[in-house]
Amino acid sequence: MKTIELKGIKKVYQMGADVEVHALRGIDFTIETGEFVAIMGASGSGKSTLMNIIGCLDSVTAGDYFLDGVHVNDLDKLQLAGIRNHKIGFVFQGFNLLPRTTALENVELPLLYDRRGRIKEPRKKAIEALERVGLGDRMDHEPNRLSGGQQQRVTIARALVNEPALILADEPTGNLDTTTSVEVMTVFQQLNREGITIILVTHEQDIARYAGRIIRLRDGLILKDEPIKDYRSAADDLIELRAAGEALEHGESREATVR
Amino acid sequence: MKWKNLIKVAFKSIMKNRMRSLLTVLGIIIGVGAVIALVSIGQGASASIEKQISGLGSNLIMIFPGHARVGGVSFGAQSHRTITLDDFKRLEKETTLLKAMSPMVRSGGQVIAGDKNWATSINGVSPNYLEIRDWGLTKGEFVTARDVLARRKVAVLGKTVAAELYGDADPVGQRIRIGNIPFQVIGVLKERGQGMGGQDQDDVILAPYTTVLYRMSDGKNINTIMASAVSTEKMNAAYEEIRKVLRESHKLLPGDDDDFNLRSQTDIIETAANVTGIMTMVLGAIAGVSLLVGGIGIMNIMLVSVTERTREIGIRLAIGARGGDILVQFLIEAVTLSLIGGVIGILSGIGLGKMIANLINMSIIVNPVVVFGAFFFSGAVGIFFGFYPAMKASKLNPIDALHYE
Ligand SMILES: Nc1ncnc2c1ncn2[C@@H]1O[C@H](COP(=O)(O)OP(=O)(O)OP(=O)(O)O)[C@@H](O)[C@H]1O
Ligand SMILES: [Mg+2]
Repeated sequence: MKTIELKGIKKVYQMGADVEVHALRGIDFTIETGEFVAIMGASGSGKSTLMNIIGCLDSVTAGDYFLDGVHVNDLDKLQLAGIRNHKIGFVFQGFNLLPRTTALENVELPLLYDRRGRIKEPRKKAIEALERVGLGDRMDHEPNRLSGGQQQRVTIARALVNEPALILADEPTGNLDTTTSVEVMTVFQQLNREGITIILVTHEQDIARYAGRIIRLRDGLILKDEPIKDYRSAADDLIELRAAGEALEHGESREATVR
Repeated sequence: MKWKNLIKVAFKSIMKNRMRSLLTVLGIIIGVGAVIALVSIGQGASASIEKQISGLGSNLIMIFPGHARVGGVSFGAQSHRTITLDDFKRLEKETTLLKAMSPMVRSGGQVIAGDKNWATSINGVSPNYLEIRDWGLTKGEFVTARDVLARRKVAVLGKTVAAELYGDADPVGQRIRIGNIPFQVIGVLKERGQGMGGQDQDDVILAPYTTVLYRMSDGKNINTIMASAVSTEKMNAAYEEIRKVLRESHKLLPGDDDDFNLRSQTDIIETAANVTGIMTMVLGAIAGVSLLVGGIGIMNIMLVSVTERTREIGIRLAIGARGGDILVQFLIEAVTLSLIGGVIGILSGIGLGKMIANLINMSIIVNPVVVFGAFFFSGAVGIFFGFYPAMKASKLNPIDALHYE
């Protein structure tokens, strides 16, 4: 089943009277349900613009966007808000948590805007989501008291709390060190295994390889769209990385005692 | 979002900037506080005035000499004609709607009892004066019809006069002199307290009107007639009756103005109500201006808040909040802010009113209608002035809001 179908998507930003920025210049692709796609490309190639369109945050200048067979171009503001709430979980470039609001309250937020009245106990649901990303013991922390990796995991918990069919992540590991990045990827791989379609923007080849398919952009056009043959488990890599890290730490402390 | 959550979010953001929030609502606090304090004092004052007015006696009509107002201009109470004993007799004979009437012949002088003396006013009245004025005696008896007929030199002392001349001793039966004329004290009046003008109503001596008229005055002119209508409903009819009789008695032609004045309790109450009305308008203006200023303060701070929290709004929109959710959130914040101001204003207004009332030794009346009015009005101010910023917030585009620096 097709989750996403893009046909000739163009996005032009009007800057002033006569300067036009062609951020996307005709994008066509289809993403099947359950896929894990990485989008790569140089800075300014249009990755975020594309994600915002897929995430129903921004409108297209030309082309057609179908999400689960629904023609998104035709939807009004309220319907778009509904889709953002029910169907899509967004992990933004940068963490974008509400400041001075606890992790739990941040994660709970999408449930509070859910008008379907589907979830009876939002608090419980939010706790579950935080536990899934391994933050069960940090629920009462406000963002400024969480590390970067922890903050990113809170945004992931927030993205998945409403049980979306699609998770969009724009540079989720952009500000993280290698180990933490792989940790975050472990969560994505696991979610994907549970059937959630994931699209992830990254400019790191190492991170992209945890996906099943890579779409490369250049100047608003698709340069390459290819599947990844050798599947890599982030969980396995994480174990290796941690072992190496520990070894390194031991080495350092031994050095320190020698001195 | 559920109301509970919305209110929680609003409170949180207000509490985050406590000092700023307090300064923002200061205008509302001052406005509401001033109005509550002044209205409470005003209502306390007018209640005590009303009490005094109704103390004048029920259905009282006072007849004074002098020109009535002509085109709003008063020619002074004492000009031209006077009210004479003859007028009084005719009124007694020819009216049907007055259940009691008494002249009030005013005089005054130095009263001497033993080695004490006291300057006071002496009013000549008829036996039913007490009934007309809703008054009574604590000791002795009042002027009788025989006293009036015989122009007896008997006197009923007001509380103050009795106390000044005799202290705690019983004055009844004692002899006093008013000017050169000896009087016998036959009674003491009940305490009546301050009158409307603040004068001591107990500083008076009552005597038969004939005695005062013939022995202390010119034997003809009565200063005032006090009458009591048969019922409140018949007041206007009684007015007309009195006018007819007096116009005839004064031989006025149809085009002439009345050369006497009629006043009743209702007139006085109306005057007092007018004063209260003007005061209410002034208060309303103060309230309006300060609430306007307070409202603008709220609008200003809400605009700042919307700008500061543009990213927050972007995040909320991105995870599925509708424009309406954002609108309601900011509106509730504005209303919560102004209601907090309103409540603080009400409490401090009551406190201030009590303090001032204590200083000038009277009591305040806290009218629940005014309190609720102030509460809801400050809420309305929040809605009105919060609407534009909230609208602005709800119209934000999610992407632009998210990328706002
Ligand atoms: N709101 C905007 N107004 C005008 N131009 C914009 C706007 N947003 C993006 N652009 C332009 O569109 C192009 C694509 O931007 P986009 O943010 O999609 O790049 P990106 O691939 O996400 O880059 P990065 O890797 O740095 O995040 C850029 O040239 C950018 O300057
Ligand atoms: Mg980007």
